[in-house]
Amino acid sequence: MANGNASDASVKNGLDLTGALKDALIAGIVAFGLFSLILGLRTEQGPTGALILLPRPQLLFTSVILVMAGRFLIALFFRAGALRRPATFIPAPFVRVNYLGNIAGGALLIFALLIPVMFFENRYILDVAILVMTYVMLGWGLNIVVGLAGLLDLGYVAFYAVGAYSFALLATNFGWSFWICLPLAGIVAAFWGILLGFPVLRLRGDYLAIVTLAFGEIIRLVILNWQEFTGGPNGLSGIPRPSFFGLPFNANDDGFAAYFGLEFNPSHRVVFLFYVILTLALITNLVTLRLRRLPIGRAWEAMREDEIACRSLGINTTNTKLTAFALGAMFGGIAGSFFATRQGFISPESFTFMESAMIVAIVVLGGMGSQLGVALAALIMVGGFEVFREFEQYRMLIFGLAMVGIMVWRPRGLISQRDPSIHLTAAKPIPAKIVEEARS
Amino acid sequence: MTPSPVILDVQHLTMRFGGLVAVDDLSFQAKRGEITAIIGPNGAGKTTVFNCITGFYQPTEGMICAIHPDGKEFLLERLFDFRISQLARVARTFQNIRLFPAMTVLENLMIAQHNELMVKSGYTLFGLFGLPIYRRAERAAVEKARHWLDKIGLLARADDPAGDLPYGAQRRLEIARAMCTDPVLLCLDEPAAGLNPRETHELGDLLNDIVAETGTSLLLIEHHMHLVMDVSNRVIVLDYGQKIAEGTPDQVSNDPAVIAAYLGVEEEEVEVVMEDTL
Amino acid sequence: MEYFIQQLINGLALGSIYGLIAIGYTMVYGIIGMINFAHGDVFMVGTYIALIAFLALIAIGITAVPVALLLVLIIAMALTALYGWTVERLAYRPLRGSFRLAPLISAIGMAIALQNYIQIAQGARVKPLPPIITGNYVLIDNGGFVVQVSNIQIIIVLTTVALMLVFSWIVSATALGRNMRATSQDMKMASLVGVNVDRTISLTFVLGAALASVASVMFLLYYGVIDFFIGFIAGIKAFTAAVLGGIGSLPGAMLGGLLIGLIETFWSAYFSVEYKDVAAFSILAIVLIFMPTGILGRPEVEKV
Repeated sequence: MANGNASDASVKNGLDLTGALKDALIAGIVAFGLFSLILGLRTEQGPTGALILLPRPQLLFTSVILVMAGRFLIALFFRAGALRRPATFIPAPFVRVNYLGNIAGGALLIFALLIPVMFFENRYILDVAILVMTYVMLGWGLNIVVGLAGLLDLGYVAFYAVGAYSFALLATNFGWSFWICLPLAGIVAAFWGILLGFPVLRLRGDYLAIVTLAFGEIIRLVILNWQEFTGGPNGLSGIPRPSFFGLPFNANDDGFAAYFGLEFNPSHRVVFLFYVILTLALITNLVTLRLRRLPIGRAWEAMREDEIACRSLGINTTNTKLTAFALGAMFGGIAGSFFATRQGFISPESFTFMESAMIVAIVVLGGMGSQLGVALAALIMVGGFEVFREFEQYRMLIFGLAMVGIMVWRPRGLISQRDPSIHLTAAKPIPAKIVEEARS
Repeated sequence: MTPSPVILDVQHLTMRFGGLVAVDDLSFQAKRGEITAIIGPNGAGKTTVFNCITGFYQPTEGMICAIHPDGKEFLLERLFDFRISQLARVARTFQNIRLFPAMTVLENLMIAQHNELMVKSGYTLFGLFGLPIYRRAERAAVEKARHWLDKIGLLARADDPAGDLPYGAQRRLEIARAMCTDPVLLCLDEPAAGLNPRETHELGDLLNDIVAETGTSLLLIEHHMHLVMDVSNRVIVLDYGQKIAEGTPDQVSNDPAVIAAYLGVEEEEVEVVMEDTL
Repeated sequence: MEYFIQQLINGLALGSIYGLIAIGYTMVYGIIGMINFAHGDVFMVGTYIALIAFLALIAIGITAVPVALLLVLIIAMALTALYGWTVERLAYRPLRGSFRLAPLISAIGMAIALQNYIQIAQGARVKPLPPIITGNYVLIDNGGFVVQVSNIQIIIVLTTVALMLVFSWIVSATALGRNMRATSQDMKMASLVGVNVDRTISLTFVLGAALASVASVMFLLYYGVIDFFIGFIAGIKAFTAAVLGGIGSLPGAMLGGLLIGLIETFWSAYFSVEYKDVAAFSILAIVLIFMPTGILGRPEVEKV
């Protein structure tokens, strides 16, 4: 099919039924080919233990019909016959967000603060809220690396893991409190960020992505296999739960509830945890917003646009990248510490590549560098993921397809504009089409 | 101590790419406070020389020495590209304009002052806590940016994205951005490319103005002969990687070797060709 | 010594499989400058197609090995190529010209979708195939370790060599190959001189998937067991191979594949099996850090 563009579509006036039918037919043939063996025949363990084939003609038939119908509708709606730049046809709801963004951000913050109050009895919602908040923090942390500095990091989960394991090992071996171990774990993670970043940050885009992916996997595999140190596949358990600055969350007389004259409720601890992660995330956010207005933040964004130009202006881009990487790693490590104390138990299964992919998807979906976008994206993706929990296997499939779909629909993310970090007269947000990816 | 008259001393610069010799034993000097131009037909090696001076290529042989007013010398062939700007204070502009298109005009100029601001912000720490020392430094940086914006006539567009500007304005912005790094030598790679005659004339005025006001020396590669002849104090002519002439604009424009190189004919035939064309 | 030779044979067979997959990565990267993250999972889908095709042929009574093998190869190549084509159309083409991260995320999404599609459609359990190509030749037997070459290993190597020859011919001598080379060097210019860039890119994906599908069939016959997760690891290793050999270079991809196969085999044989994947990832990191252009690759100089 030729490279269609908007002008092709504007020529045809009515609905192009024959074109759509043709497209649907082709789609049907392709779908049939794709699904014929995989959906049409199911391999199952037969009576002898060897595999047998079970035909599923209805499934095949229905799937093909669904694909044809879907293709037909899409072809009709977009006239040009292919999913070509639909963002130009669909009004983008989030484009002019400047003033609106501040309101939305404020509203979300108030809502977040009130969640435990509103849903105090609903343990499930509190857990989901904590999960979403954790990913918001991870997203904000990675946003420094990917969104601001433009470094493709596919191995962010490594720092999450380093933070979690550092925290667990410090807490279980030395018995220090949460508030001491947390920053220490962050520093360890930052240290690893510098260590891992140093050799790789001069690599170009895609290569950097793959090498960070490799590092993430190496760390996971080492954790998995180094039984003596990390507990291997069994992980580490017995990680101390946080206390309210010394008051444990139990039903004893020296507990939190007794101290404040409240009736003991297991939700107290959960609420406390929620506020802890909320605070940590907000700190991440504030630091990021602050840094953006400082020379280092501007250098990150400039580096994202054109590294060679930065170097010609005397900026040591290696150090600049390392700073972004280390800072992102630190926040990832702190989030990992929180994760460890929240669960009480960690194992390598929680630190797979899927996590890194999820967090990168959150950042990219949010829109490069936009804090609000990242928060919204985390809410949608993690929240959506939870909502679809009943669908079990299907939800991962939908998740994958959704990633493809969202990228095709809005490659620049939800909030596709950039706010200048400094202005002379008036701050004018810069629209998406100018926010180009780095040259190299 | 009187500052040395030479700002850039290039000696026996040679650049080889495998078997291809792009620059062959080139030696020249650029004088302080002057505008020196490097010209020559396409493929003569001008941009290669530039890239060697500004650190994008590592010269195969030779020495490139930048001499500051206080006498400090910097061997550019030994420095990383960003150090050339940061320490040796040699700035450059690019043939294909390399602005930061998604950042505003003002931000582009602020980024140029990154190194100074980093120090004043205590490597970010002072800035993080909003200490006055940083805020003062930032205000001063904005003032400097404002000064240059006024000079290039873009004050009204300070908050517009740089990618939105028309071509000529982008060129001027790139020059202003390089000047915000307070260089002692500014290297311009075909600054007049794509400009119409009026814009070229304004560019010439801007360049003269820069030298007069800041004392920065300029080194430029150009094809626009009018501009070169108008503003340059000294012209160096390259052909096939070698220097074939050097002198004032007048001397060079009448040099038969130079004319031959541009016309692509042998030196002896120049007179014949000139008679035919004139 | 005999042990060493055996590992050498095993490594070459494994390496051929990696090489075939690696070619797909290198071709796509060469032509559109993007890492086809979903390629490993296309390979995985190919293994399932091959499995089902084999079972189907057995069920309808075609049990003569050469016939079955040939039919399965044809079916697998055709259908896997279709998957490759679909991935490009859905996840890459709409994002062409967009910024670098979007197709990467899209490809990751596609990879996740393919994995779960197979998992749902065929179940999460490992799928075994009864041995179809059996038998081996004993090379060295002097009382100690016996060195054997299995028939399947011979078939793998022969098929790979044949495919490489055919493929090199396609790239160097046919119009398609010319178009591919032109497009990979300068897409705009190629389209200006009349190359149908969209079709060329699609065909690149199709060819890459077809080659990977041969690797799928070989993998299935060699290991006899598959599951929906083999795509991820195989993909990483194949990509490592492509980078090691020099991304964008076809002989490089095969060379890289052989090297990776050998390294993996020797590492498992002489050091430890658990850490063999760590070895693969580490090699990837080391190659990218110190030798990003790989062994046979050409260094790219950015024009300033």
